[in-house]
Amino acid sequence: MEFSFNYHSLASIIQAAETEGCPISQLVLRQQAVQMEKSEEEVYQQMAKNYQVMAACIEPGSRKNLRSTSGLTGGSAYRMRQRAESGQSLTGSLLSGALYRALAVSELNAAMGRIVAAPTAGSCGILPAAILTMEKEKGCSEKDCVMSLFTASAVGMVIAENASLAGAEGGCQAECGSAAAMAAAAITELAGGTPKMAGHAAAIALKNILGLVCDPVAGLVEIPCIKRNASGVAGAFVAAEMALSGIESAIPVDEVIWAMKKVGDAMSSTLKETAEGGLAATPTGKRLHDQVFNSPHSPAAP
Amino acid sequence: MNVFDILGPVMIGPSSSHTAGAARIGRITLALLGAPAVKAHILLHGSFAKTYRGHGTDKALIAGIMGMETDDERIRFAPELARDAGLQVEITAGEIPGAHPNTAQITLTDASGHQVSLQGSSIGGGNILITQLNGMEVYITGQYPTLIVLHRDAPGTIAAVTEVVAETGANICSFRLSREEKGGDAVMNIELDSLTDPDLAKKIQRLPNIFSCTMLKPV
Repeated sequence: MEFSFNYHSLASIIQAAETEGCPISQLVLRQQAVQMEKSEEEVYQQMAKNYQVMAACIEPGSRKNLRSTSGLTGGSAYRMRQRAESGQSLTGSLLSGALYRALAVSELNAAMGRIVAAPTAGSCGILPAAILTMEKEKGCSEKDCVMSLFTASAVGMVIAENASLAGAEGGCQAECGSAAAMAAAAITELAGGTPKMAGHAAAIALKNILGLVCDPVAGLVEIPCIKRNASGVAGAFVAAEMALSGIESAIPVDEVIWAMKKVGDAMSSTLKETAEGGLAATPTGKRLHDQVFNSPHSPAAP
Repeated sequence: MNVFDILGPVMIGPSSSHTAGAARIGRITLALLGAPAVKAHILLHGSFAKTYRGHGTDKALIAGIMGMETDDERIRFAPELARDAGLQVEITAGEIPGAHPNTAQITLTDASGHQVSLQGSSIGGGNILITQLNGMEVYITGQYPTLIVLHRDAPGTIAAVTEVVAETGANICSFRLSREEKGGDAVMNIELDSLTDPDLAKKIQRLPNIFSCTMLKPV
């Protein structure tokens, strides 16, 4: 079977979906089944398993006493969830729900729990939080939620082809930025937006995180990664909401991805996962590093 | 590249290179030993040596040595499980000149005293590369079915091995040979597109000049 698109550009995928009058996810599932020499049902089921792993992160991730291996983090998801479920949250159940879910998945990752890299372990909270919140708060069906992960993956594949998904190569914009763009496109599709709108949502989400550095304290996937996952899912909803209203990104999504690559190349290596710059290099960042690796009282010490 | 390279793998956190990759290096070492280990010595280098406690790299390596997969939720309890299982583990942080930043040297001993030692690196996204086996150069990615043939360096040995591979209909996608010295111990490192005969390793084992042949499944 021949396909009129490839993963070199999102424009070609959006164009193909608009021409066929179907969501991006359907087109991607069909193409992937052919590429992997499997049936569409088999590929769908494999994705459904990923979605189940994502969903299974929320309860253990929002436990009150959850702590990371280093002892530096844990318990934020619990607090956020308490607030979200109290009905008192400032931003309502959709956003506060998305925030606690993103924190839960990320904190579970830091505590050596089982997660799906989406696209990386450091950014693993954004996409699950976005889609699970659409299921729980907006009543989207599980099937539609699983399908939306194909749209998210298509965005991720185009970014991987043209830029990078690794913090060591592109900074946090490549990890949390990519995850936010993937989530924004998926949310837009789930909310009934067109393929074009999904493309604009991805562009807007990525633009808003452009330039974000990767500066993990003590080199661990915790500070500031966990809170950036919460911020990433918020950004995905902001971008999707704008795109759904008909707002367009002035810069086309493929050019935003190109810009992300250029910005990543220009970034100092001290700001690309080496823990030598940014927050990692602050006095407190250094003190926390020593606390983890040089203190006999740390849970992570020998 | 497919959608599951983007969404996946399912893994135990916090880091694909420091945790998932480490578990895979451990699993390959166990497969090469061919029996449960009773003793493990692990030397860590670079970022592995500096950050292993925060990333759980030590736990992941031990888990792999005990045969656990990268998504096994018991990984975080691996040191305790090893103690209960009678596996004695010693971990040292050190320096391996010229090695990739995420590198471990592992020596395993089984109950009969048989030993295997290798050097492996976690090269990103959970992908690994084993570069040394018992002091000899190898190139094992764990992405393909891989034959590791320890043999005596003697004329005709390679031809005999590849002939057996050809008879099973398997296609070789990479082949490497290294030896300690002329006529001494040598290792063939053969990656296959697919494994067509589950008894391939046994068939090679019967050939002259072969000390051992191990089939490593993709990890």
